[in-house]
Amino acid sequence: MRSRLPVVLVLPAVVGLAFLLVPLAGLLVEAPWTSLPAQLFSTEVVQALRLSLVCASLATVVCLVLGVPLAWLLARSELPGRGLLRALVTVPLVLPPVVGGVALLLVLGRRGVVGQHLDQWFGISLPFTTAGVVLAEAFVAMPFLVISVEGALRAADPRYEEAAATLGASRWLTFRRVTLPSVMPGVVAGTVLCWARALGEFGATITFAGNFPGRTTTMPLAVYLALETDPDAAIVLSIVLLLVSVAVLAGLRDRWIRT
Amino acid sequence: MTLHAALRVQRAGFRLSLDLTVEPGEVVALLGPNGAGKTTALRALAGLEAGGAISVNGSTWDGLPAEKRPVGVVFQDYLLFAHMSVLDNVAFGLRARGTRKAEANAIALRWLHQVGLTEFARAKPRTLSGGQAQRVALARALATSPQLLLLDEPLAALDASTRLRVRSELGRHLIDYPGHTLLVTHDPLDAMVLADRLVILENGRVVQQGAPRDVVRQPQTDYVAHLVGLNFYRGVADGTEVRLDDGGTLTIAEPAEGPVHVVFPPSAVSLFPSKPAGSPRNTWQAVVSGIEQHAHTTRVDLDGSPAVLADVTTATVAELRLQPGDSLWVSLKATEIHTYPR
Repeated sequence: MRSRLPVVLVLPAVVGLAFLLVPLAGLLVEAPWTSLPAQLFSTEVVQALRLSLVCASLATVVCLVLGVPLAWLLARSELPGRGLLRALVTVPLVLPPVVGGVALLLVLGRRGVVGQHLDQWFGISLPFTTAGVVLAEAFVAMPFLVISVEGALRAADPRYEEAAATLGASRWLTFRRVTLPSVMPGVVAGTVLCWARALGEFGATITFAGNFPGRTTTMPLAVYLALETDPDAAIVLSIVLLLVSVAVLAGLRDRWIRT
Repeated sequence: MTLHAALRVQRAGFRLSLDLTVEPGEVVALLGPNGAGKTTALRALAGLEAGGAISVNGSTWDGLPAEKRPVGVVFQDYLLFAHMSVLDNVAFGLRARGTRKAEANAIALRWLHQVGLTEFARAKPRTLSGGQAQRVALARALATSPQLLLLDEPLAALDASTRLRVRSELGRHLIDYPGHTLLVTHDPLDAMVLADRLVILENGRVVQQGAPRDVVRQPQTDYVAHLVGLNFYRGVADGTEVRLDDGGTLTIAEPAEGPVHVVFPPSAVSLFPSKPAGSPRNTWQAVVSGIEQHAHTTRVDLDGSPAVLADVTTATVAELRLQPGDSLWVSLKATEIHTYPR
């Protein structure tokens, strides 16, 4: 048998564990359990939850439609400067979301480089709309999807694609019928991750889309708002988000939690 | 409809230059050591790598990408699509080339019947044994009725016992196949059994080609001699004497003149602890450098002038108590030595 575990390591480890778990436990302890059902189905909560789910899902769709081809391009093409592109794609990952919101506002705002044309030519204005929420969430969440799918693509054996080519399959058919199914686990993981990130998005959303109940007030914004006026409601909203996060984690446990 | 291919691939430190003709119904084996360029040649023919000028009956494939070439490939590890059923795998090529689903499935089923795997149509490839997967790969490659069938080490992934059976099955299917077949392998037995003609590739160049029978009898390089298991030397003959390029002289029965190749089987060599008296006209001293046990014989590697391989019985090994480093006398009958001009 080995000697006893060293205290210098165990003590900070226990403190660290407590640091991560106690706040979450506190959330459950402080919850207004008696009035919870009523709170849960109050108009504001239902409205915010619905908006959150719809926006996060739409943002995820945008990420899938644009992100999977982007991941393919990064993983498979012989593009010059591919390494630089890959690095650039991950910038929103480390960028403070508020900065992302400001950047979106500068480009897509009514005076923005792209936004002014959208406004003049099509009468489309994106900031402070539900569509703006979707854009802000997609901007922040897409790198998660791209990185996950690109990793799966790079791990997949490209010789299967060659085999498909010798059987007469075009690159598009090969991608649909051979490549994509083989990287499906990576796509699913990326999608879940992307969706969870979009659901929790706060900084870019409040900067770019503002805070209009029913239109742009998603769950995280509602939590922040409620904390000032109705702390109990903030707790209820937080618990809902916590449950969603735990559900996501449970869904991905095979990938992340290995013993 | 002879297939002519002139393959030229240039890469850092490697150059493939291979001219190939394959008649319809003919099976040509491309044989060579690792790194000789066999797989590169196959990939160039399939269109997976640039560098091939290929024509069949006047129509050229040069500019065609892989998916436009009438080629079927059986890859070394088969590369069956894991998420598709066996039937979908076999039907994939037909579907990709625009055949309607019902018809493609019917043709695929017929091919599965051909290779005796009808009952596995709905199975996933991972449930198949190695031999079954190989047959599915063959069915998949042949289902599109390609003009050229390329087999990349088709038996290398199989264990020894399966190999024997799959090899003879593959041989039957190749006889039925009317197109051109190119088999890439480093296994001489696969090549001898399956091919009508051998093309031996070393360092990206053809060093010998011909019917298996002729190649076995008259190897032109050390590699080929090693493949077919013969002692092989270059020398200059003067009557019944051959002076070997790497040292030593052998006496032969049939007189010859000029530069020749000299071969004899290791089984023709006898070993003695001291200089033998009597008939054999070739005796020389050599030192044991290696001993290797084969099924019923022992192959002894001897350094001397010339160096030689000898196959001896286990009884001889015991009698002589063979050890590396032992000095022995080698004896070889002149009538066992075969020479041919080089």
